[in-house]
Amino acid sequence: MQLILIVFLPLIAALVAGLGGPWIGKTAAKVVTTGALFIGAFLSWPIFFQYIGGSAHPTVVPVMEWIRSGTMTVDWALRLDALTAVMLVVVTTVSSLVHLYSWGYMEEDPGQPRFFAYLSLFSFAMLMLVTADNLVQMFFGWEGVGLASYLLIGFWYHKPSANAAALKAFIVNRIGDFGFSLGIFGTFLVFGTVSIPAILAAAPHMAGSTIGFAGMRVDTMTLLCLLLFVGAMGKSAQLPLHTWLPDAMEGPTPVSALIHAATMVTAGVFMVCRLSPMFETSTTALNVVTYVGAATCIFAATVGCAQNDIKRVIAYSTCSQLGYMFFAAGVGAYGAAMFHLFTHAFFKALLFLAAGSVIHAMHHEQDMRYYGGLRKEIPITFWVMVIGTLAITGVGAGPFGFAGFWSKDAILEDSWAGGTVSGTIAFWIGALAALLTSFYSWRLIFLTFFGEPRWGASEHIQHALHGEEDLASEEHGDSSHSAVAPPTGTGGYHPHESPWTILVPIILLALGALLAGEIWHPIFVDPERAPEFWRQSVAFSVALARAGEDSATWVKLTPTIVMLLGLWIAWNNYIRNPQAATRFVEQFPAVYRFVSNKWYFDELYDLLFVRPALWLGRLFWHGGDEGTIDRFGPHGAAYAVGVGNRVTARIQSGYLYSYALVMLLGLIGAASWAIWWAK
Amino acid sequence: MISLSHYLTVAAILFTIGVLGIFLNRRNVILMLMAIELILLAVNINLVAFSAYLGDLTGQVLAMFVLTVAAAEAAIGLAILVIFFRRRGSIAVDDVNRMHG
Repeated sequence: MQLILIVFLPLIAALVAGLGGPWIGKTAAKVVTTGALFIGAFLSWPIFFQYIGGSAHPTVVPVMEWIRSGTMTVDWALRLDALTAVMLVVVTTVSSLVHLYSWGYMEEDPGQPRFFAYLSLFSFAMLMLVTADNLVQMFFGWEGVGLASYLLIGFWYHKPSANAAALKAFIVNRIGDFGFSLGIFGTFLVFGTVSIPAILAAAPHMAGSTIGFAGMRVDTMTLLCLLLFVGAMGKSAQLPLHTWLPDAMEGPTPVSALIHAATMVTAGVFMVCRLSPMFETSTTALNVVTYVGAATCIFAATVGCAQNDIKRVIAYSTCSQLGYMFFAAGVGAYGAAMFHLFTHAFFKALLFLAAGSVIHAMHHEQDMRYYGGLRKEIPITFWVMVIGTLAITGVGAGPFGFAGFWSKDAILEDSWAGGTVSGTIAFWIGALAALLTSFYSWRLIFLTFFGEPRWGASEHIQHALHGEEDLASEEHGDSSHSAVAPPTGTGGYHPHESPWTILVPIILLALGALLAGEIWHPIFVDPERAPEFWRQSVAFSVALARAGEDSATWVKLTPTIVMLLGLWIAWNNYIRNPQAATRFVEQFPAVYRFVSNKWYFDELYDLLFVRPALWLGRLFWHGGDEGTIDRFGPHGAAYAVGVGNRVTARIQSGYLYSYALVMLLGLIGAASWAIWWAK
Repeated sequence: MISLSHYLTVAAILFTIGVLGIFLNRRNVILMLMAIELILLAVNINLVAFSAYLGDLTGQVLAMFVLTVAAAEAAIGLAILVIFFRRRGSIAVDDVNRMHG
């Protein structure tokens, strides 16, 4: 009953706010949606605590019949176990805080009922996804979050760049979803059911069997897992389907925090963990997961170092952290993957919302080169952002650590302790990425909050100063500022701290970032306590967790050492010697260009897919449609009728005698025919 | 002795004159009406000639009908012509091209 309320209240709220928005007004719409999510959050935490306490058992709440077709049976049913409980807490908490945050952040926006309706719709779809009892229902939620993501990225629909980003997100996700749906079809073909528990129970028996695919015999489980993983890659922005995530920053910042950091993009990780007994049957699939995760992890971290847009830095950071989660799942540390998902939801939502607070204070200037020295102007935002950064970089020692310290260490220890080739590679890549994480996170802090104020030259600040209204709907994604460093100076503008609706959510999330790892690391990854918590909901490996606990000291210290190294590099380049970064860029322009252009992935895809597709489209348009079908079809017919008309119109002289003549000739012809031939 | 073929020859000549009168006449519509009368007359001669030749009165009865119809047609035709002249101020054949649309 609680579960039904949690899942369906957001849907009802979305319908009320979305369809009734014009009648009930924006305040009512905001109250309804935010209230629904807060109720959900208050109902979710007790469920989570019941699972921690070990007093709850996995249950399935049937809702209604859905599909009965031949041997296929699909019902709407909500599945509740430890894994779902974790996701429920993450989704409802972050979503309710983001709803509250949006009261302040979207204050001046004219489309607020629509915005809140989309947010609630998203929450419903996400909850549907995490409570799914069968793959088809999961796919329903999967597509629902994709739809909500599309709607929210393109929320400011008058901006062409936002529309383009929304389309890109939708289309790139279609590729992943194609793989996912093929995976579901294949699963039904092999197992004869789409029910997740039935599949997981049957999966070990299918290990080693082969199936015909694309004209080859391939390992059944490897194929199914890889197809499903393609879906996860699309949704979780893994290489090579990551290109949509940075562009999705065109959406409002609360959307980035909720959808593109804390919840939707982690759906892929959730799916791999949910189906972990299935993935355990295929070493190849797990290796692919590990390598893809590790590659994304390091790739996104390098790109994050060279971005100037504050939201894009955090977006690439998200991409990179998702890489951590995937390679954790790939080496079999599902508990650690879910743990990182859990802590990441807090500190990444915090970073995004705090960045939103900075953007709010800076009149929608997003370019960090125009920040600087903000710590005195907006101290609360500064301190929570520092907490978020301490959490993401994994600061901690001995008994106390910020959220990221526990989860990232668990991931790196487990990947080393697994002893496999892919695990070892992932460990080293993960360590290097941790260094870069520390560097770009501190770079963000130093550029934004330290040094001299540089916002005097910002166009947005100029707009704000000179009374040209630059409302919430004018958030600029890609700044067209020149590459040279702007002059210092405030230009007479003084940023203001955000209202309490913005500050309360980020302070609460800061508490999460501070304590989530500290409090809950035993139940997620501890070899003694975690099995009691997970209880078969993920394929938790006690041996691996124990090996991770017992790994060598240098392995345990590596994340901390690289974190400090990254901090030192950032401090050296941006505080001690502010010209160092510029000098580095001048010395290695090729490296900088390669990284700041995101390894030229967009250009490569443009060349490989977009242009050929456009070329082919034009060929069909001009050659096929216009040149063939139109030419011989409608246009040809119309032209023939015109010519015929002109010819027959010339015969119609209007003179009586010519008609009479024709009539006579016809008569003669008919008579002659009757006399001579028609005997 | 005047044989059937003489009658038919006269009728054919009259018919041809009538037809040519319709097509070759460029002056006015009254001539056209008269040409139609000529065609009807040629037909009447044929009817009467065959009637006498075959000893069947039906042809002559039909000829009486043709005369009646011809008279009615001439009356209507002339009436139309008068109205047409009032509206257009001309009854030249070349001006009668309203059917051109």
